[in-house]
Amino acid sequence: MKKGSRAKTILGHAALILLSFVYVTPFAWLVTTSLQPDKERSVVPPPFIPAPEAAAAALEKETGLRLAYEPTLQHYARGLTRVPVLLFFRNTTLVAVLVVIGTILSSSFVAYGFSILRWRGRDAIFFAMLATMMLPRQVTMIPAFLIWRSLGLVDTFAPLVVPAYLGSPFFIFLFRQFFLTIPKDLIEAARMDGAGELRIWARIVMPLSTPAIAVVGLFSFLGGWNDFLGPLIYLADQSRYTLSLGLAMFSTQYGSEYGQLMAVATLMTVPIVIIFFFAQKTFIQGIKTSGMKM
Amino acid sequence: MNRSSEFRKGLLFISPLLVGFTLFTIYPVLASLYYSFCDFDILSPAQPVGLANYAELAGDERFIRSLWNTLIFTVFAVPATMLTALVLAFLLNMKLKGQALYRTIFFLPSIVPLVASSVLWIWLLHTDYGLLNTALRPILDIVNAVAGTQFKAPGWLVDPDYTKAALVLMSTWGVGGSMILYLAALGDVPVTLYEAAEIDGAGAWRKAWHITLPMISPVLFFTLIMSLISTLQYFDQAWVMTPNGQPGDATLFYALYLFANAFLYLRMGLASAQAWILFVVIVAATVVVFRSTRRFVFYGGEGL
Repeated sequence: MKKGSRAKTILGHAALILLSFVYVTPFAWLVTTSLQPDKERSVVPPPFIPAPEAAAAALEKETGLRLAYEPTLQHYARGLTRVPVLLFFRNTTLVAVLVVIGTILSSSFVAYGFSILRWRGRDAIFFAMLATMMLPRQVTMIPAFLIWRSLGLVDTFAPLVVPAYLGSPFFIFLFRQFFLTIPKDLIEAARMDGAGELRIWARIVMPLSTPAIAVVGLFSFLGGWNDFLGPLIYLADQSRYTLSLGLAMFSTQYGSEYGQLMAVATLMTVPIVIIFFFAQKTFIQGIKTSGMKM
Repeated sequence: MNRSSEFRKGLLFISPLLVGFTLFTIYPVLASLYYSFCDFDILSPAQPVGLANYAELAGDERFIRSLWNTLIFTVFAVPATMLTALVLAFLLNMKLKGQALYRTIFFLPSIVPLVASSVLWIWLLHTDYGLLNTALRPILDIVNAVAGTQFKAPGWLVDPDYTKAALVLMSTWGVGGSMILYLAALGDVPVTLYEAAEIDGAGAWRKAWHITLPMISPVLFFTLIMSLISTLQYFDQAWVMTPNGQPGDATLFYALYLFANAFLYLRMGLASAQAWILFVVIVAATVVVFRSTRRFVFYGGEGL
């Protein structure tokens, strides 16, 4: 019995290490390409380790293989001048932050109506809302585009941001699940003291819900940051592009400039990875809640 | 408090949703249904044409192709991603040293912006200089030398026979979300069940088959439905990696062709008909999956 479990442990470690290697390699390849001078790229196998040129040459002499290369920031410099990446960065941040604020305010407000308040028809409307999550975006995107067009707001951030202020089903669901765990006595006591519902939402329920706010904030930020179809439909002028759209356009125009493409892709990914490392627990909690049954 | 004032308060709180819903869901759904029976290029008012759009689609080879491509891709990508996530979750659930680090590594790809990961994978899958083929070539050389075969490293994104496989492969990189769900579900399986099975002499496979899989089947079912719905709408990666469904329409996915008809050719009526057919396909696929897997989903002993 003991022997079997030791063999199992070793096999488990072996599998985990091998798979980790497979999952990390694309990231390493992304960063390495962004730092590598173009001439190194025709070497097979490509050098992977950034190092000073002297060390790279020494290693090459030693092994007969070009394993290391002298890193350069030229792709970043050239990528940043070729397309206004910093402007796209600003646009994306603006959109994502406005989406986060709108989603937290509106979705928690609506969720309050679906959880703390009791009224006839509440659950029927709630489940009807959940059912529409099955609706493909393609069904609504054309008429929605025509609405924004008739308002003269195509090629502004409004179509990307305003819907977030009208509540989104998934985040309403997340808030509702959390609000249902808040003790009823607390709400009742506040009502006895004469607090109105608006006040209870703002002063009692929201302060108690920081974990839910963190989850919704995080995922709506990701949604706003990564959205591609929205900007693709609505944004026309390059000065308003987001990173997703900018990188896609860059890829169609300069498809063979892999160093620069990887530099821009790295710049787009780094903020997300940093946020992840600060909010890992919140991420995991959010995903678990999304898979929870009602 | 009387009932009607409670009702009013309820409506007040959900009013943002009611506005958003009316404007951006109910109206668009009805409008796109109407447009699907119209000839509509935005520039002039919609002209009702009856079933002409649907008839045109029925005879449009590219449309049939896009539907077929999407269905085939879904049939492979959904199980591939679920299986990958399940294997990773099983390994993490062994609770070996370094579990937190491994979990981070496996999860991270799933939050990389889709456009960024697509651009990265174009480069990884490059026929001549891509990392995948660089790693594959020596292996194929050995195989060819030993078996006398003539295998060549494939042109993943340029050879129509390989593009869908390449996209399926890429999709198995970003399975972190399902993996976390499976891992949580595995952790919730009561240890007593395993102990009882061991006393009865069950081995690892039987425990996995008769205890673990039934106990996590609700989560498997949930992810199956969700990934089915999203894969049928596959768009971002295809738009970036295989523009216009190149090569040879092999990656002309449903949503890609729909987008082109709507926003490149301004055939809003035709695209609306496509959208409605997609909706029907999604509902039908969901119902079929629901019916055929329901009896395998075990809702007992959840303790919820």
